[in-house]
Amino acid sequence: MLISNLELVPGRRVTRHLGLVQGSTVRAKHVGKDLFASLKNIVGGELKAYTELLQESREEATQRMVAQAEAAGANAILNVRFATSSITARAAEIFAYGTAVVLE
Amino acid sequence: MGVLAEFFDLIVFAVLFLLGFFVGRWNERRHYASLRRREGEFGDILVFSNRFPPAAAGRLDTALVSGSAVISEDYFKGLVAGLYSLIGGRVRSYESLIDRARREAVLRMKSEARARGAGMIINVKFQTFAIGGRNPNSVKGVELLAYGTALSARAQAGAAAAAPG
Repeated sequence: MLISNLELVPGRRVTRHLGLVQGSTVRAKHVGKDLFASLKNIVGGELKAYTELLQESREEATQRMVAQAEAAGANAILNVRFATSSITARAAEIFAYGTAVVLE
Repeated sequence: MGVLAEFFDLIVFAVLFLLGFFVGRWNERRHYASLRRREGEFGDILVFSNRFPPAAAGRLDTALVSGSAVISEDYFKGLVAGLYSLIGGRVRSYESLIDRARREAVLRMKSEARARGAGMIINVKFQTFAIGGRNPNSVKGVELLAYGTALSARAQAGAAAAAPG
C-alpha cells in the first residue's frame, strides 16, 4: 500500500478512483503521565509522553485508513491529510483521510 | 493561621515563578542551541511546499514522512501570556514556544527522510494542535506536526537520471 500526500505518483498512472477512505481514533492520557507532564509545565521542555501518544494515535488512524483502502481493493492512498481536534479537555481525536486509488 | 497560609501561598508562587523563569529560560536556550546545530546537519535535505515534484527529477520513489513534537510551556510563559490576554498584543513567550515545536517537527521529518535515503521533501503541510485548550486545570503545550512526501531517486534509474545532467 503506497501512502502519499501528493495528488499523483510521479511516473505511475491512476487506473481507478475508489473514493474517500478514512481512519480515526480517540485517545486520552494516563493520569500518572499527566502528573509528570504537569511538573514539566513548570519548567518547560518537550512532553515526550504526549509526542509519543499523538504519534501512536496517528499510526493507528493511518492503519484503519489503510484497512479501509485494502477492503476497497486499492493499492495506494493519495492526497492524505491529518487532522487533530480536542473532544474534551483530556481526550483528542486523530483523523487521517485520503483518496483510495488503483495504480497501474 | 490565615496570615501563615497566605505567606505559604506566596512562597509557592515565588518558587514556581523563579523555576519557570530560570529553568524555563535555560531549557529554551539549550533547545535553540540544539535546533541550530541539527539544522546545520540536515541542511542538505531540501523542504518545499510545492505540490508537484520538479519536472527534471525523473523517476522517483515517494514516501510519506512526518515529524511531530509537543513542547510544554513553563510557569513564567503561562503567566506572561495570561497578562497579555488582558491587554492584548504580541505574546512573544508563546511565539518562541511554537517556533521551537515547528523547527523540531521539521527536523524529525527530515531525519525520517534521510533514513529513507531521500534528499527532498515536497508538499509539506503543517498542523498545530493546542493541548489542554482553554481548560485551566489541564497540562498546557502545543503539538506541531509536519508531514510531506520524501522523494528519492530509484536505485536502477539513479544512473540514468544523473547522466543527462
